[in-house]
Amino acid sequence: MTPAVPAQAMTPERPAPPPPTVAQQPPLTAGTETPFKVEVQDLNVYFRANHAIRHVSLGVKPQTVLAVIGPSGCGKSTFIRALNRMHDLVPGARVEGKVFVDGKDLYARGIDPVLLRRRVGMVFQRPNPFPTMSIFENVAAGLTLNGIGGNHAEIVERCLRQAALWDEVKDRLKHAGTSLSGGQQQRLCIARALAVEPEVLLMDEPASALDPIATAKIEELIHELKEKYTIVIVTHSMQQAARVSDNTAFFYLGELIEMGQTAQIFTNPRERRTEDYVTGKFG
Amino acid sequence: MSPASSGRPTASHTDKAFESDLRLVREKLLAMGAKVEEQIAKSMRSLTDRDSELGEQVKEADLEINRLEVDIDELCRKILALRQPAASDLRLITTALKIVTDLERIGDLAVNIAERAMDLNQAPPLAAYVDMPRLAELAQEQVKKALDSFVRADPDEAQEVLAGDDHLDDLFVKIFNELLAFMMEDSRNIRRATSLVSICKHLERIGDHAVNVAEMVIYMVRGTDVRHPRSRAVES
Repeated sequence: MTPAVPAQAMTPERPAPPPPTVAQQPPLTAGTETPFKVEVQDLNVYFRANHAIRHVSLGVKPQTVLAVIGPSGCGKSTFIRALNRMHDLVPGARVEGKVFVDGKDLYARGIDPVLLRRRVGMVFQRPNPFPTMSIFENVAAGLTLNGIGGNHAEIVERCLRQAALWDEVKDRLKHAGTSLSGGQQQRLCIARALAVEPEVLLMDEPASALDPIATAKIEELIHELKEKYTIVIVTHSMQQAARVSDNTAFFYLGELIEMGQTAQIFTNPRERRTEDYVTGKFG
Repeated sequence: MSPASSGRPTASHTDKAFESDLRLVREKLLAMGAKVEEQIAKSMRSLTDRDSELGEQVKEADLEINRLEVDIDELCRKILALRQPAASDLRLITTALKIVTDLERIGDLAVNIAERAMDLNQAPPLAAYVDMPRLAELAQEQVKKALDSFVRADPDEAQEVLAGDDHLDDLFVKIFNELLAFMMEDSRNIRRATSLVSICKHLERIGDHAVNVAEMVIYMVRGTDVRHPRSRAVES
């Protein structure tokens, strides 16, 4: 994979400028020619001596869904967390390599992780609405915390509609977010992630704690969100990967073993280890 | 680019019940294939040996082939619903679902041959059955080779079946012309010669089903669909 732009061009001149304010935030679109919304080059993640992600390079095209699959401990979650610099918060974690969004290296100096996470939103395995906030406040939280103005009521409604939750909660927006069912809470978290208008949505096992109906709703939502967002989803369920994604990446022991169109990975994988995993011959 | 697995069972599945279901599909398909081969041989012997009793046996044994078709279909549906097979397992199951239809049709064609033979056995033989035994032999060889290629997951052997179909077609045309000559010589030959043409046509169709099986074996092993290349060219 060729770099989208020379790596040097990614590094801002020293001294590093102070992080831009919300208003000054530079567009991630750097006017570079790349078919990818997200491009990872030679990514390595270490937790002290543990080399958890090994030389991973891949690209995700805009408005597509990439599913990341692999056995437990293969580095799926570590990989996806590297895409919005969540390892910055982990003591002993070190990330090497480049992660480009629209050709802009997220790990370059001068990129504010907080602003970055507005562009690259994340939904976690267990729904985690803010416990003391109402449904409305949960969705508006990102706007409030980031000092984003505008008509919050409109934004909240739009995001709840996008998350296919509006009809179920429109009459009880003041109720606690935690009063909702697990599936609803997860869609609330998706609405919260959408409120700050991300371009990329990372989902770490978003349906693993949900029943089949709630799972189906989340999966249907992923199909709808794909029209606007680029999505990377980590999933333990191969059927879920097969259902929701355009491309699938198979990780094993921290390495990207194979990535291809989802139909190809599940009907005709090229690597023996992928074949063994998708046919259940591991362990 | 070749797939990761040739379709040959290698490492076993963690889920032993799944492993055993897949083995059962293979075993049943082989049992059905063996039965079908036997049916072709018997139906032709009922013609060449003028043994109508054999023809009756062919008709009787077809019930078992039909039952195997239903059994295998059901087993494959169960595996699809309960196991959601992927990769080489998925290709095995889809191949099995298609192969059973071809094998069942071959069984029906053997019955058709037996019925024609039993009818012909009522009248004096037309003449030496020219190259018909050779045609039957070729058709049987094609079916056997297609099934062997399935057992061994050998796409090269399957490819030979595809190439071999031309011989069968050529021989069919040759025999057809000979039988036509018989009919033109004496109109009293028409009824028997027409029956023989039908038998030849059935044998030629058996060859076509063997080709279908071989094409699916290539798909199962390589993951590439070699059917109807010209149609795909039109599409692209």
